Amino acid sequence: MSWLLVYPIVIPMMTAVASYLFRKSPAGRWISLAGTTLLLFASCLLMSDVLDQGVIAAQMSNWDAPFGITLVADLLSGVMVVITAITGLATVVYSFGEIPKRLEQLGFHALLQVLLVGVCGAFLTGDLFNLYVWFEVMLIASFGLLVLGGSREQLDGGIKYVTLNLISTIMFLTGIGLLYGITGTLNMADLHLAVREVENTGLLTAIAVMFMVAFGVKAAMFPLFFWLPASYHTPPVAVSAIFAGLLTKVGVYSLMRTFTLIFDQDIAFTHSILLWLAVITMITGVLGAAAMNDFRRILSFHIISQIGYMILGLALYTPLGLMGAVFYLVHHIIVKANLFFVAGVAKRIAGSTELSRIGGLYAHAPVLAFLFLIPAFSLAGFPPLSGFWAKFIVVKAALDLDMWVVAGIGLAVGLLTIFSMTKIWGAAFWPDHPDGIKPRLSDIPMGHRMALMLPIVALAALTCIIGLFPEPFVQFAERAAGQLLDPSVYIQTVLGVQP
Amino acid sequence: MELLLAVTIGILVATSVYMMLDRNVLRFLFGLVLLSNAVNLVIFAAGRLTVGAPPLIADGAYAPDGPIANALPQALVLTAIVIGFGLLAFALALVYRTYMSLGTVNSDEMRIAEPEEAKK
Amino acid sequence: MQSLILTTTTRLLVALLLVFSVYALLRGHNLPGGGFIGGLIGATAFILYTIAASVDEAQRALRVDPANMAMLGVGVAGLAGLSAGLAGQPFFTGQWFFLFASEGNEGIPISSVLFFDIGVYMAVFGGILTLVFALEQEI
Repeated sequence: MSWLLVYPIVIPMMTAVASYLFRKSPAGRWISLAGTTLLLFASCLLMSDVLDQGVIAAQMSNWDAPFGITLVADLLSGVMVVITAITGLATVVYSFGEIPKRLEQLGFHALLQVLLVGVCGAFLTGDLFNLYVWFEVMLIASFGLLVLGGSREQLDGGIKYVTLNLISTIMFLTGIGLLYGITGTLNMADLHLAVREVENTGLLTAIAVMFMVAFGVKAAMFPLFFWLPASYHTPPVAVSAIFAGLLTKVGVYSLMRTFTLIFDQDIAFTHSILLWLAVITMITGVLGAAAMNDFRRILSFHIISQIGYMILGLALYTPLGLMGAVFYLVHHIIVKANLFFVAGVAKRIAGSTELSRIGGLYAHAPVLAFLFLIPAFSLAGFPPLSGFWAKFIVVKAALDLDMWVVAGIGLAVGLLTIFSMTKIWGAAFWPDHPDGIKPRLSDIPMGHRMALMLPIVALAALTCIIGLFPEPFVQFAERAAGQLLDPSVYIQTVLGVQP
Repeated sequence: MELLLAVTIGILVATSVYMMLDRNVLRFLFGLVLLSNAVNLVIFAAGRLTVGAPPLIADGAYAPDGPIANALPQALVLTAIVIGFGLLAFALALVYRTYMSLGTVNSDEMRIAEPEEAKK
Repeated sequence: MQSLILTTTTRLLVALLLVFSVYALLRGHNLPGGGFIGGLIGATAFILYTIAASVDEAQRALRVDPANMAMLGVGVAGLAGLSAGLAGQPFFTGQWFFLFASEGNEGIPISSVLFFDIGVYMAVFGGILTLVFALEQEI
């Protein structure tokens, strides 16, 4: 039993309690900061353990698997928890400079920590029903964060977000019920063995598609993504950033987990659905972005198109494809959260996120312009930044299978991504501000400026590091993909028996 | 018994889908309530139905005597009910706030966050 | 709305419901009951009071902010789970000790499960009341 698996869930939970009780005083935000730092530390410890041992598992309450709830961390879960902690920390620091006292007093930090609980729990659990519970924890916190403050825009976006996500939740639950009905277990490792004995494979495929729809909504896959561009640009930037970075990726992670561990029966059917949905997702996302005229709404649509690449990696179902998906997942969270942070600073100094109403950022805030270019180019896939390697691996995996069309679309979407990044650059950074304002970073008070810029610089540095020294990260992704394709170690660690 | 339950679930789902197709968000929400109850019944039915055999273990025994009802789906349903209750209560409060703030529950008129292309 | 019957019976019922909620909480380990249902019964008492009097009255009678209570409940439940770590056992393993135990008398059993249930009680009680107060206040 390793307690390391419990800490990433318990630490934010306790931090949520403490920061809620102190929400009326400045102590609340410092508790939140300290708790998230501790979370990062704990997740790094977990990661080093996972790197040593491959897979670690813990049985809650001493109930042996498959009867109790198991927490499992393999390489993918481990790295996702670390990234969650990094994004969480960046968001908390950023919120120091952005979130007004009014929202803090409503419990902003507590909700943020509960969100982290849900996300970490979803990454670490080895039980399907438990995954559902963590999804709900995450969902309820995200509902709260999304409408916190209650502006008209937020409520409007919130309705769409809440209703569509509730449908996905119900779909997920139905899938769980039916899967339990035909296999009699909900432990994911045990399910891997149990589904092999199911005779009614048609029903199993139907259930697989149900899960695909449920997680597809969470991941914002075509044609289930409509809630995302409707809502992600409405809340405060710190909230948008952590949503953009983490939430959809939990959906992608769940797809990767279930469609490698449980539903690998009828790959020709399920994974080709995934493949074509991924391709359409990429195209729709990038075309949607091209049609938008708002900084944050462009970024929202880009999330969708990037999700396509990750699902494409999964759908190819080769070692290289999955490796690309894992690499993409990690790279994307960092880059996307960072772009939203930049959008927030731009809004702060230039007064809006609408592209027609801002400008002059390059002339007056060159540092910000430079810091925008790093994640923007990385997102589009310029060498030598992290996005280049991510796209390179996924496209290479498609080429290896002779899927020329898919690979071609992958490259074309990258090109279109540059187009909309240029659009942002050409409207927000290059020309003068339409109202003649000179947006300077020095307009922001010193303390706030530090809080806003620190996460941007740190995440940009991380992007560069991954881009310039991709070797260890690629090797890591390769190992993680290997574990996904051959789950025997995972199953052995969870169940304690040879599969 | 299974057949009866299956038909009930079918009717519930059909009704809820009909309601969820409405533009009125409140009706949509009621449809969602029905749907979540239908799903709870699905889980319940998935655990197989046994009549009159509560899953109780007699004092001093370590295992139940004879076949008993499956307790796990009941636990799952209970959890799902609790979570569903919380989410739907939140959604209801949200719809109410939205109605107060936007003055409409018609989803077609909710275009604040995504305004139609402004004519320049 | 003022109803004489409701106000009068509420006075009786509130006390009864609160006592009953604690009873349900404590018998929960071996018999039907427990923190969740206990919390619901307890919350019912205050909801009744809210309907009979007003949100402000109920809030004054409760004294603490229900939202704080809910979060504190989560904290208590979490700590109860963590207590297993002191004994070197996995998270959430039940820890038992017996008060006033002597030869031939097992004493009063106290367990971390009980504290977990108390946490759940507080969380449910506080959570439901937060929601009801918020809704009542708006409508």
